[in-house]
Amino acid sequence: MKFTLSWLKTHLATDADLPTILKGLTNIGLEVEGVENPADKLAPFRIARVLTAEPHPQADKLQVLTVDAGDGPLQVVCGAPNARAGLVGVFGTEGAVVPVNGMVLKKTAIRGVESNGMMCSFRELELGEDHEGIIELNADSPVGEVYARWAGLDDPVIDVSITPNRQDCMGVRGIARDLAAAGLGTLNPIIVPTVEGVRPGPDVRVEDEDGCPAFFARTVQGVTNGQSPEWMARRLKAIGQKPISTLVDITNYLMIDLGRPLHVYDMATLKGPLTARKGKSGEEVLALNGKTYTVDETMTVIADDEAVHDIGGIMGGEHSGATDATTDVLIECAYFTPERIAVTGQKLGLTSDARGRFERGVDPAFLDDGLSIATDLVVKLCGGTPSQATRAGEPPVANKIVRYEPSQCLALAGVYVRDDEQKRILESLGFGVEGHDATFEYEDGMPVTTPAHWSVSVPSWRRDVDGWPDLVEEVVRIVGLDQVPSTPLPRAPGVARPTATAEQLVERRVRRTAAARDLAEAINWSFISEKEAASVGGGDWTLANPISEDLKVMRPSLLPGLLSATRRNMDRGAASVRLFEVGRRYFAEKERATIGFVLAGEKTPRGWQTGKAQAFSAFDAKAEVLALLAAAGAPVANLQSFGEASGAYHPGQSGTLRLGPKVVLAEFGVLHPSLAKQFGLTGTVVAGEIFLDAIPAKRKSGFMRAPYAPPALQAVKRDFAFVVDEAVEADALVRAVKGADKKAIVDARLFDVFVGPGVDEGRKSLAIEVTLQPGEKSFSQDELDAISAAVVKAAEKLGGTLRG
Amino acid sequence: MSEISNLKAGLIADINAADTLDALEALRVGAMGKNGVVTGLLKTLGPMSPEERLEKGPPIQDLRESVTAALADRKAALEQAALDAKLAAEKIDMTLPAGIGPQGSVHPVSQVMDELAEIFADLGFSVATGPEIEDDWHNFTALNIPETHPARAMHDTFYFPDAEGKKMLLRTHTSPVQIRTMMSGEPPIRIIAPGRVYRSDSDATHTPMFHQIEGLVIDKGITLGHLKWTLETFLKAFFERDDIVLRLRPSYFPFTEPSVEVDVGYTLTNGQRVIGGDGDAPGGGWLEVLGSGMVNRRVIEACGLDPDEWQGFAFGTGVDRLAMLKYGMNDLRAFFDGDLRWLKHYGFSALDVPTLSGGVGA
Repeated sequence: MKFTLSWLKTHLATDADLPTILKGLTNIGLEVEGVENPADKLAPFRIARVLTAEPHPQADKLQVLTVDAGDGPLQVVCGAPNARAGLVGVFGTEGAVVPVNGMVLKKTAIRGVESNGMMCSFRELELGEDHEGIIELNADSPVGEVYARWAGLDDPVIDVSITPNRQDCMGVRGIARDLAAAGLGTLNPIIVPTVEGVRPGPDVRVEDEDGCPAFFARTVQGVTNGQSPEWMARRLKAIGQKPISTLVDITNYLMIDLGRPLHVYDMATLKGPLTARKGKSGEEVLALNGKTYTVDETMTVIADDEAVHDIGGIMGGEHSGATDATTDVLIECAYFTPERIAVTGQKLGLTSDARGRFERGVDPAFLDDGLSIATDLVVKLCGGTPSQATRAGEPPVANKIVRYEPSQCLALAGVYVRDDEQKRILESLGFGVEGHDATFEYEDGMPVTTPAHWSVSVPSWRRDVDGWPDLVEEVVRIVGLDQVPSTPLPRAPGVARPTATAEQLVERRVRRTAAARDLAEAINWSFISEKEAASVGGGDWTLANPISEDLKVMRPSLLPGLLSATRRNMDRGAASVRLFEVGRRYFAEKERATIGFVLAGEKTPRGWQTGKAQAFSAFDAKAEVLALLAAAGAPVANLQSFGEASGAYHPGQSGTLRLGPKVVLAEFGVLHPSLAKQFGLTGTVVAGEIFLDAIPAKRKSGFMRAPYAPPALQAVKRDFAFVVDEAVEADALVRAVKGADKKAIVDARLFDVFVGPGVDEGRKSLAIEVTLQPGEKSFSQDELDAISAAVVKAAEKLGGTLRG
Repeated sequence: MSEISNLKAGLIADINAADTLDALEALRVGAMGKNGVVTGLLKTLGPMSPEERLEKGPPIQDLRESVTAALADRKAALEQAALDAKLAAEKIDMTLPAGIGPQGSVHPVSQVMDELAEIFADLGFSVATGPEIEDDWHNFTALNIPETHPARAMHDTFYFPDAEGKKMLLRTHTSPVQIRTMMSGEPPIRIIAPGRVYRSDSDATHTPMFHQIEGLVIDKGITLGHLKWTLETFLKAFFERDDIVLRLRPSYFPFTEPSVEVDVGYTLTNGQRVIGGDGDAPGGGWLEVLGSGMVNRRVIEACGLDPDEWQGFAFGTGVDRLAMLKYGMNDLRAFFDGDLRWLKHYGFSALDVPTLSGGVGA
């Protein structure tokens, strides 16, 4: 909401300077977003008289002027056709910056003739479009005076942000009222003229009482539309509103001035009575912005017998608007229901100054006065005779009374404000305050006390106020939030206790483990394209109104985001990409916490020690998965390796880790080449995802560890090599070997895989190092033989034969 | 006598002149070996009478000891020389690069969330979470934002197609976690709720997804003064500066009343906005960092609590924005690009775990 300082002062009698007013505005909740004084950049431009004008000796279109800007004659070369002796215009001296193009005026020679400044056009000063010639002022304008000050342009334009609850401050008067309450001046009384209608009011009707409960109107006949008076045009221009014609400008001016939107119809275009009714499906209206809108039965329109002339409360129609030829007008002053305006505006995607006000809710008690003020202005500025007012419907004036105890200010806001000060503040904002003393009575023999309290009547323009906390808010914002004392929250005795949830701890641990394992954490969009979602099994949640097709489906996997990021890094020339993300995957039934990672490009770069660059393998993915699972507290030793990773992976080079056959904790492996290709990635890409929510929560049983003393005797290691079918999984053999003697064998580690000479076709040799831990005494040879036999037997069950 | 001392002098000279271990060994055998000269002299001691041995023994023993010592010294010297020569031959170019692996990093948003959790833990706030795919009741209605409320237009909401009469959307703020917390637990409540939120908006300072952290305190006798203290305390701890100046401005949020927007003062230092100092001082300014207020009675009621008994405050702030203000990034979009160069520059080490004792910032 923009207004100028002088405009504000038409409502507020104040001595406060601009900085004080600006600070006051922000302090009371009308945040100043900007302030600009157009006179600042025009300060070096003065009113000057052309003393002489002679032709330029070297150029036909130029003249050589002598100009007096108050400091005696100066020579200026000028190309304006209207430059002539005696003209009074605006002169920029040496050093001035021309607003339109930022040019700094210098003493210069134009075609060999010295020139000491510039006579300016309106466009050059950004005061209009006129560039036909230099500015011509009245001959009696004061030479030497700063033009902007003389022309009334020294008027700062203030832009404040109005929160959605404050419709009353969508008009300059409301802002003035707030400032007055804050002690920054006195609110001038509003003058409502008495309009004597010379004929009955127009035929206007309300059919749609929900959407437009009240439609007041008057006509003025015999008007002459034209250009607005200078004061009105200047104010409108200052806040960026283009003056159009007096009739239109009056409605705009009153909307800004009093927050009261109005509409003016050219009666010559109307056929029959104007009715506020529901739209009919398919009805069209060409609005004032030049666009055609199709309304429906949820919207309120103003229509005559033939056509819709107004999208009620939002924008008028082009055909019935006032023009220069208009002689008879109908002035509409209506109340549109805020909720309906909001829905209509959203549906049509149409915003307007009127919508902004009706949507917040205009003052329902100000229809008559608003109409009188508008009618009076039309008559005064355009002539004509007014009609009486027609009042169709009834505006919903609420007459709310709020019960308030002044002590509630301290209770809610923590600041003590004296009762009389609270009363003053509320009354200056337009509230009525009626005090009630404490009472003490018996009801059916029971003593009942009522504390002292106030009945506060809410002004009609404060639709947002309906409870005592609202009144506390009013008092506190006017007193100033800086008056609220900073009050420490009570602190529980002792050292702060841990607060993180189990899920949060797991996420923190996996995140920092991944970072410690040299992966970089990325945060990718939660939404991906439909195509990307389809490539990882399809998403359950598709946005109805995505910001783009690329960000449409809630991701069922972290891989697409990571792969896109990988691709972007590769495109930027990254040789190696190691990215991870901790975030959610979104499914119909729940959101699942997940960590995902991608390893692509070089695992190790070429090096003087390591030779050629190495690529990642499926086992790099497995190593990350195991490390992250361990960090997350998963029982890594008890997990089973399965195949059956999703289709995102290479079917033969991927796997899952499960707790039991059904609970999948992780999947990982080499990315399926077709998925890699879809994301524009070449070479081997490996990846993995760990489903953090599937990991059983660690039971916390105090800090005490299980008792442990390192064994006294040294462990013994024995190597075995078994030849098995190629189909036998290494993990199965290792588990079998480990289980051969659960007491003695504490570890079994596969350290070699061999296929080739000496091993039959279709078979492979797996070498396993078995660690045996003796108890109280060393193993005897017999015991060692027995353990070896058990190991061999266990391997034989998987078709393994001890390699000779 | 002089025969033995001559022998001793000769042997020791020979030993000291030996320039290889082999030559030294030959000398040892010649002197101390089975048939060595020193061995031979020692053998003469046996048949001697005690008186004779008393006279002739000491010089021979001295010879043996001196030669043995000379041999050991020379051997050590030669071995040291050999080792020195070997090591000299093993010299490598230590300026060759060592294999430095890639460096991992923690995203600034995660780091700042950990910092916030640490600060608020000290103030007694625990962590709460909620779904990102919300229904409109939790995201709007329960927060006193009815269907037609202009505030709904303020939030550019991502919706899902209507299903089973429930309107599902992506939460536009972390405030629905307030509702879930109040509905599932008994006051007193002190929580923070960090997480992803979504609005249909995109430019240098807005992305369709970003991060917020919500705070909620519900207790008896909580006032705006407590809110003010909490925010001051939190911001001072977060920026680790004592000169943090807050400017509280009355504002409007449907779910709080009174509502307060919080600006923090900054000073321009080398063209950068550095948080700290009075924003009204010359060269200073204010940056909006928080929205907050006393929880609206209607919200407390909607959650099944008695607003005459319980009252409290709530606040919300952008985690990404706090990260930008503290660590100096200026383009929000880069947060979600996964550019390894950016992550390396603005990311944090795995070991930068925020602690109160070590300072939460890194």
